Amino acid sequence: MITAPPALLLAQAAGIDPWIVAFSLVTVAVTVWMGFRSAKTSKTAGDFFVAGRSVSVGWNASAISGEYLSAASFMGIAGMVMAIGYDALWYPVCYACGYLFLLLFIAGPLRRFGAYTIPDFAEGRYDSPLFRKIAVCFVLFIGFFYTMPQMKGAGTTLAYIFPGLPYWVGVAVVGAVITLNVALGGMKGITLVQAMQYWMKMFAISVPVFVLAAVFGGYGENLSAIAATPAERTALVQNVEHPRLELPAKAPADEAWISPFGPLTSKAAKAANLPPEEARPLSLLYTYSLIIALVCGTAGLPHILVRFYTNPDGVAAKRTTMWVMILIGVFYVFPPVIGVLGRNFMPELYNGLGAKGTDKIVLELPTLIRAQYGMLGSVLSGIACAGAFAAFMSTFSGLLVSMTGAVAHDVYGRMLRPDSTPEQRMKMFKFAAIGIGAVSVGLGCCVEPLEINFMVGQAFAIAAASYFPLLFMSVWWRGMTMKGAATGMLSGGVLALLAAALTNASNLALDKGPMGKLFAPFAPLNEFWAQHPLLRILCEQPAIWTVPLAIGLMIVVSKATARDVPKDIRMKMLVLHAPEALGLKNEYIQEHQAGAGH
Amino acid sequence: MPQPQTAPDPIDKIHSESFLRDLMRRQLVLSTGCALAFLVALLGLPLVNYLAPAMMARRVGGFTLSWLVLGVLFFPYVWAISFHFIRRSLALEASEVEEARRR
Repeated sequence: MITAPPALLLAQAAGIDPWIVAFSLVTVAVTVWMGFRSAKTSKTAGDFFVAGRSVSVGWNASAISGEYLSAASFMGIAGMVMAIGYDALWYPVCYACGYLFLLLFIAGPLRRFGAYTIPDFAEGRYDSPLFRKIAVCFVLFIGFFYTMPQMKGAGTTLAYIFPGLPYWVGVAVVGAVITLNVALGGMKGITLVQAMQYWMKMFAISVPVFVLAAVFGGYGENLSAIAATPAERTALVQNVEHPRLELPAKAPADEAWISPFGPLTSKAAKAANLPPEEARPLSLLYTYSLIIALVCGTAGLPHILVRFYTNPDGVAAKRTTMWVMILIGVFYVFPPVIGVLGRNFMPELYNGLGAKGTDKIVLELPTLIRAQYGMLGSVLSGIACAGAFAAFMSTFSGLLVSMTGAVAHDVYGRMLRPDSTPEQRMKMFKFAAIGIGAVSVGLGCCVEPLEINFMVGQAFAIAAASYFPLLFMSVWWRGMTMKGAATGMLSGGVLALLAAALTNASNLALDKGPMGKLFAPFAPLNEFWAQHPLLRILCEQPAIWTVPLAIGLMIVVSKATARDVPKDIRMKMLVLHAPEALGLKNEYIQEHQAGAGH
Repeated sequence: MPQPQTAPDPIDKIHSESFLRDLMRRQLVLSTGCALAFLVALLGLPLVNYLAPAMMARRVGGFTLSWLVLGVLFFPYVWAISFHFIRRSLALEASEVEEARRR
């Protein structure tokens, strides 16, 4: 913190708001300090991987929530609600409610089975080291897909705070800070940091909303200014002091914005010039596919699942999920409010593109207060920026821990050097953290033209078609074989990935910058989409066919290879489902060690 | 391999086919019931939006009905389902433990 005063003076000279810089610096400093502090207390390999399995329900729930609320949640949702209206509400609702599926079908059994990571579960359930390798690939795969939008958020926010700073510098600085933190503190440090960052994000989104609503009118009041008939409007207090501003031509019309099946879900049909009565069924299909991807994807995110192992027992795992749903549910009420206020009072953002457009509404909206109340507005902007920092830093560190865990624990500890000592593995954890951090920064630098929320949605769609079917079926159907599980997971995941990549390529072909030239060969794809809007929707939102396909393949292939069902399947199922008080887990481990000899 | 059903030993009872089948069935019934309550609302809302757009566009305190349901009321509904599930599920586990020990 010694460097802060000169940095602030410099900032003021360059026309940068010192409050924003101060809040952002404090966020980074506290994160790093907590990481260093806890580095002293995490000594054993168990501490590094799953925090000694002794994190309390309150801490763990805050930490999961902190890790889950990423740049897409903090910045992306408000921007998306402002840009497209009602249809964007499905994102926060499904992000929050996907946890219910996790709670109902997966959380308890997975915790009872007891393993450090999802690959541990995959190997333990099917007695197959090969399947572990496949599962590890998906941890890294979904992980890297999910880090890219976080890096984009970091680069965009830093470029907003320091106008003129190159995008890649922001990515590199944030990446380096988090990587150092994870390498030094391990997961125990990260649990504390994550938990604190949840409350920071909650504060940073709710305080500006309350202040803005006090000045510019509440949630319902602002919605009533949009597309309501005069009769409906007079029922409410009229906001005379702050009337709504004129919308630019680029903004979607009020009626389409506030109604279901608006600009997002009807885009493909509009491109094909379909009449409204033909477009509506396609919009309904789009909505359902989006819901499936988000709900099932939540239940299959590897960096969230690994945290269930930090609960002391299955009862605590269930209580944790309950609290996570409350914590993130409360949070997700706020970003749409900012989106609605943004539509009414900052419509000029509709004219900006990408990071200069509606995506930065969370950071930009508090400046309205600054125009009227001076310093209070600067403080609010500073709080919002601190929240954005907390958002991409916490999600990135969570991803880094789970990917590093996969490399150090699975690739090194199980495949390359099974006879390595705990000290060697801990050293490997640090090296792997630095390596993966570097790759993430490199990838982050490449994705500047892509949209944050869209990339996150793709990571969810891939998780929904790979890990979700694997976990759900493995827990509840004893007839599953390794071949069935692998076939379903690989085909579902890879097809979802291909569909996402095709959509990205055709979108990038429309870009007017250098990316447009690079992806020009994919331009004919857009003409094809215009001819076949249904195929476009199935490609943009693949979950509606990839998830049933993955589950179907799992059933068919498992039936065909039924004699490969693990011999001790009844014991495995008992460990998954019997209450922990019966002590079956220890019995299982003893039998397993006696039988397999490892 | 089926365990001998006549064994009075509690350990063997736990390992029997019927105990596991009962255990999984009861848990699955509870989970599926809660999931249905959730899915009816989640998958039903787009359908109601589709079939009765005029009703869902009615204003309630400034919100359209559809916005109020999705943006605000959905969260407490899901909390209620999960609260119910956790209570029932913990009670179920307690009764399973007792049953397994008694026999």
